[in-house]
Amino acid sequence: MEAIFLAKSNAVMPRKKRKISVNTIQLYALAAIPAALVFLFCYVPMFGIIISFKNYRFDTGIFNSAWVGLDNLKVFLASDDFARIAWNTIYMNLVFMVVGTICAVLLAVVLFEITSRKAVKTYQTILITPNFLSWVVVGYMGYAILSPTSGVANNIIQMFGGKPIQWYSEPKYWPWILTIATEWKGVGMSSVVYYASLMGIDASLFEAAKIDGANRIQVAWHITIPQLIPVVIVLSILSIGGIFRGDFGLFYQMSRNVPDLYETTDVMDTYIFRVMRIFGDFSLSSAAGLMQSVVGFVTVVVTNAIVKFIDPDKSLF
Amino acid sequence: MIKSKSSIVTQIILNTIIVILCCLIIYPFLLVVGASFTDEEALINIGYKIIPAKASLKAYEYVFKNPAAILNAYKVTFIFSVLRMVFSVLLQAMIAYPLTKKFLKGRTGLSFYLYFTMLFSGGMVPSYILTTQYLHLDDTIWVYIIPCLVSPWNIFMMRTFFAGIPNAIIESAYIDGANEFRIFFTMILPLSKPILAYIALTTFLGAWNDWYTSMLYINKDSLISLQYLLQRIMKNLEVLQNATAMGEDVSMLMNAAEIPGETVRMAMAVVVAGPALVVFPFFQKYFVRGITVGSVKG
Repeated sequence: MEAIFLAKSNAVMPRKKRKISVNTIQLYALAAIPAALVFLFCYVPMFGIIISFKNYRFDTGIFNSAWVGLDNLKVFLASDDFARIAWNTIYMNLVFMVVGTICAVLLAVVLFEITSRKAVKTYQTILITPNFLSWVVVGYMGYAILSPTSGVANNIIQMFGGKPIQWYSEPKYWPWILTIATEWKGVGMSSVVYYASLMGIDASLFEAAKIDGANRIQVAWHITIPQLIPVVIVLSILSIGGIFRGDFGLFYQMSRNVPDLYETTDVMDTYIFRVMRIFGDFSLSSAAGLMQSVVGFVTVVVTNAIVKFIDPDKSLF
Repeated sequence: MIKSKSSIVTQIILNTIIVILCCLIIYPFLLVVGASFTDEEALINIGYKIIPAKASLKAYEYVFKNPAAILNAYKVTFIFSVLRMVFSVLLQAMIAYPLTKKFLKGRTGLSFYLYFTMLFSGGMVPSYILTTQYLHLDDTIWVYIIPCLVSPWNIFMMRTFFAGIPNAIIESAYIDGANEFRIFFTMILPLSKPILAYIALTTFLGAWNDWYTSMLYINKDSLISLQYLLQRIMKNLEVLQNATAMGEDVSMLMNAAEIPGETVRMAMAVVVAGPALVVFPFFQKYFVRGITVGSVKG
């Protein structure tokens, strides 16, 4: 306290050393509460990982539950569920990454080519709208289309003389449905990032290309798209870090959590949730969660190291 | 500049592509709205259509006949969304500002402290046990607010923005005798409106669309969020359909007149999602601008 008063009293030209120390205290004071919250809600749960190595019971609590070593992890890895959900999680994430990037880049390039800025604004407003919806609402829309008896999809199939499909009991269609749903909801928003970086391209590059006689496709291929590559790389590293993490809302709400569809719609996150909430096996669920975190950590560090090795400027850290 | 003929043709083609895409984006919206105004019987016989085969306001009559649950969910959701938005923007800015100070000892350490949580987490189970067994936040409105106030990602976006504020302004404030608190509240925050608005809006949107917290932590009907209410309505009907399929007597389980039919569910979706969809596009420029300022290497 005294230090603060001293700094105030000779405020006109404070001695450098004292001013810094007072400021430092104030800055630490500002950071204290948020840092404490991060500790409580991010670091404390990390210690809770020991549950994975115990047989957690509510009555005995974390510290008095019996140690079981790697048993939970072994049970998880040996179960039939593991191969299925690991595959679903990684496969769907890769599909979303590739399809999502291609769609968003294409959309951004097309929007960039449209000369009327007013039209682009209107288009963007419409394209971004689904992003404001929750997966619950999108699940309702999905139901309006896929409802076996009165949904639009089956109506169209029947119109052409086909047989109606029981969408909610046929897992094979769901990778497609989930991809379309993700793109429908997210493509507008993700194209904004690419569109913004296109707007930042030096206009003289395009003029130079024009003078050199490049056509529209050549310009797009040689100037527009290469400018997007750093952004694509950064976003890809970020999504590779999440390769073992599924969008819980998408998989849970779109499929309406129908067990018949688990073959293709069950991912790590829905599994972890189900094991904890429905089966009440906290330790098994926690072991699966730990594995998810470790895989996520390793993938992001390794990817970053590779990118750093190839091009240090493009790495994340 | 005179446009060549080919460029006009290209423009028409490009615009057509995007217009078709926009129609595909809008279609499910119209489908749900159309269904909500359809007669239940017509919906089942003819199917979902944008323009109702037989118009009816029955679904809305049903929804608004007993609006207490909806109004309560709106109230709860609005309160926790606003609180989460206000506190999370403030707290995140409070830690982002010190991170811009080169003279601050432990700055790198603090950055890493935050960054590490983006790379590794304890997972859902430890968080769940912490929240329910030790903090006892379940079945309180605070569970919607406190656990998710600080996100490292937002902090780094803010830090990048704050660091871009010209140093000369802050130096002159130092010379005028302003302390860090004063600089933070009267200079940094007002100068950073674009990024603060962006983070405030995304936080509000995230809270508004939150159903997961309710599903995990809330048992009291009076505290469920709007989206979870919608999810439960979907579920209730499912329970009933399963019962029919297994040949059980439905009337034993619930009075048939009380079953929310398909049109009622669609009307509920409109009532839940509608107001937000009317409001959010007005703030869209902040979202777009925020992504642009935010897409800087963290």
